[in-house]
Amino acid sequence: MLVPLPRIPHTGGIPEGGISYFDIGISSLFRIMPNEPLISYLAALADDELVIGHRDSEWTGYAPILEEDIAFSNIAQDELGHSLALYTLAQSLGAGEPDIMAFERPWQEFTCCRFVSYPKGDFAYTVMRQYLYDEAEQVRMKSHASSSFGPLRDLSEKILAEEAYHLMHSRGLVQRLGNATEDSHRRMQEAVDQAFPQALGMFEETEGSAKLVESRIIRPEAELQEQWLAAVVPTLEQARLRLPLQRQGSALHIKCRADIGGRTKNHNEHLRQLVADLQHVYQSAPGASW
Amino acid sequence: MALTSTLSHTVEEVWKALDEVQDPEIPVLSLVDLKVVREIQVEGTSVTVRLVPTFAGCPAMETMRRDVERRLAAMGFTEVSVHIERSASWSTEQMMDSTKEKLRSFGIAPPPSKLESLHATLSVPVPCPFCESLDTRPDGEFGSTLCKQYFFCNACRQSFERFKPL
Repeated sequence: MLVPLPRIPHTGGIPEGGISYFDIGISSLFRIMPNEPLISYLAALADDELVIGHRDSEWTGYAPILEEDIAFSNIAQDELGHSLALYTLAQSLGAGEPDIMAFERPWQEFTCCRFVSYPKGDFAYTVMRQYLYDEAEQVRMKSHASSSFGPLRDLSEKILAEEAYHLMHSRGLVQRLGNATEDSHRRMQEAVDQAFPQALGMFEETEGSAKLVESRIIRPEAELQEQWLAAVVPTLEQARLRLPLQRQGSALHIKCRADIGGRTKNHNEHLRQLVADLQHVYQSAPGASW
Repeated sequence: MALTSTLSHTVEEVWKALDEVQDPEIPVLSLVDLKVVREIQVEGTSVTVRLVPTFAGCPAMETMRRDVERRLAAMGFTEVSVHIERSASWSTEQMMDSTKEKLRSFGIAPPPSKLESLHATLSVPVPCPFCESLDTRPDGEFGSTLCKQYFFCNACRQSFERFKPL
């Protein structure tokens, strides 16, 4: 089923710098705003949350210990809640309903980063991915505190409060597993070798994001990546894990290629399979009420 | 009989009615105790209620919506709209002492008042809701629902949950 993607809720062309919000009843405070790039941005973040939430849920019933089974089931539910809230915000700007975005959209239309779509792997990879993701979410949501778009400020504040628990969990595990046994350290090193280049894909720009930076709705992705690096490097060093980085004075140079493409819908087989699983029940009885 | 013309409730009466609607996961609390009910507007026989979830992903929201709709319909309202605002912030800071007491009596440690940061708040010892000992430890960051976290009391050897400070 084809679904109209980010719709522009008005007729006529888009004036330079955005469209009028009077016609869709949003506060006149935000009447000049480039809404299509904003929908793209919110949908990309919502897709990230939905997809990583689904990967987390794959540990329900399978995690190595009961506490982690509970933890990843909780995290999955939180991330799904954040995706719902982000889709709902996108909907208020003209995107489709959250259920349509999540369950009716073809996988080729998702704009999540490739990072979140990779299979859950072993527990070391899961922990490492979640940690790198949690730190990025902290940086991103904090950066929204100065956004000129009020609803994004509010939602980010709520998400941040909840995310504090995720970060305590994943950071604690990275440090413990990195410093526990030779075996756990080796597995964590393999996990970071695999996950780090993928994680850089979280900071690939979304469509039209330069306009959002210009309107002070978001901060530049490069700035977020820098802040993220400043957060993850000390933790990974404490865990005695090596990163593909080179220090030159106070600057850090990344010595690997970022795994990008997700924001431009250049996905892999893993996302196709994941979305097929995710949409299976909904698509088997479209429009049913549960 | 023009029954509808006599059916008119004040906003206060609606607040009272919703104070009888239980939280589906912690039935000792009402949706008013939890500050999930934020705003009520009454106009003749129509009523509008604004709900704010504790955690954005709270899976009980649809059950809450249904319970609120039923309660209001039972009062005689002919038009009931319930809005769930997932992006509005919710904090345990606003929790009343009476609500905390109900949690404790139910075996759930209430959230402490928030210090300057969540990190600081989380370092405060949590008294066991059963024996009041401070010799307790968290069993991870999560619990049986999004809003709770497992703890263990070393003194009475009892596992318990605490409502997460947020």
